[in-house]
Amino acid sequence: MKELQDLAHKLLSDGAVTVVMGWEQGPRGVRPAMITTAANSHRLIFDPRCVHNLATYLNPRRSHLKSLGKPAIVVKGCDAKAVAGLIRESQIKREDVVIIGVRCGGVVRKPTQAPELTTDTVSPRCGRCDAREPKLVDHLVGPALPEPPKTCSVDMVARLEQMPVQERWAFWREELSRCIRCHACREICPMCFCSTCVADKSRPQWIETSATPRANLAWQMTRVMHMAGRCVGCGECTRACPAEIPLGLILAHVAQSVEQRFSYRVSDDPTLPAPVGAFKTDDAQEFIL
Amino acid sequence: MTEPNESFEPKIVAFVCNWCTYTGADLAGTSRLQMAPNVRVVRLPCTGRIDPLFVIKAFERGADGVIVSGCHPADCHYTAGNYHARRRFAIFRDVLSFMGVDTGRITFSWVSASEGGKWRDVVNETTERVRQLGPFIDYQALSFASAAMPKGAELPS
Repeated sequence: MKELQDLAHKLLSDGAVTVVMGWEQGPRGVRPAMITTAANSHRLIFDPRCVHNLATYLNPRRSHLKSLGKPAIVVKGCDAKAVAGLIRESQIKREDVVIIGVRCGGVVRKPTQAPELTTDTVSPRCGRCDAREPKLVDHLVGPALPEPPKTCSVDMVARLEQMPVQERWAFWREELSRCIRCHACREICPMCFCSTCVADKSRPQWIETSATPRANLAWQMTRVMHMAGRCVGCGECTRACPAEIPLGLILAHVAQSVEQRFSYRVSDDPTLPAPVGAFKTDDAQEFIL
Repeated sequence: MTEPNESFEPKIVAFVCNWCTYTGADLAGTSRLQMAPNVRVVRLPCTGRIDPLFVIKAFERGADGVIVSGCHPADCHYTAGNYHARRRFAIFRDVLSFMGVDTGRITFSWVSASEGGKWRDVVNETTERVRQLGPFIDYQALSFASAAMPKGAELPS
């Protein structure tokens, strides 16, 4: 942690950056912090409660953050994938951001939890993690940490895939009936950067604005289609959802399907083209008559 | 799912590309091929123009089945539109299935301008398949169900 604070202090006092985006201790658990003066760099921390994907603050949609000047951002491996995604899709320039990678040993489910990692408290996504040490970095800090404990929660994606199609329908109808269409899933997402979202368009209105299961299904299917091959699996949408809809299940399913079909896994390499938007002439087409 | 109903006439929306399938369907018509009259054709410039939202909207507005059809690979009028569409619909099909929509309700096909007979077969097969699946009341009933509706409450029929 001292290493991280010293690095932030150096970057800010040298004038290499004008803001360091990291995490700090808040009144209720860990919260994101924008450190703008070297004197405040001692506030930065990193522990398993640093759940937030801070890459969302680099999203050009958050134009008000531009006034903070050149940023340095502290990233875990999963967050680095989101930064790479923004670079890959020409939303930010690599040279416009200083990336401080931290070696991660898994995070808990919520930033308000205790920092101890057990099979009950660890975030389920950490069990599938393939990026505990980010590669797209300017500085890499922190000691190498042991592997996160495997979560004891069931693999709901596999369970849903095995269900008969009518049961899946009933499951999602039930889950999506709770959606209040607050669009928190979109707002927190580091990869949602359209200046006007299709869900906000009214002429023509492709997605109804009322929170009926029909409109909610249309919204979530559209969101997932836009995330295919782009979602970094940070799970922030699931965490932000006030109705606790397991949105991550759909995204995880689509990520698996993209990997099987197009041999593409989202990584922190910004030079690989995204699978939707690219194609191969011999892509599988067993479903086409 | 409802019982198969022989008297049920499914409503099917076909999103087709201007250059191949629309011309193919036209050929089927001028060749006087007999086919099911259940399909409403929507002509678009290219399969690459077909947003998955079109399909969602068709189901929302009462379609029981959807056909998406365009040029064979390597035949796209715009060089690569159908290749992009193929990737998009491979994923969309998985999404639909994962959300609980029977993939039998949606047909993807390549029909060229000279394949009037193939278009007839696609239309007849899809109509028959959707007829067996019955009306898509599951989707249509969603609009009546609100968040406030108690679990297991009766839906208006």
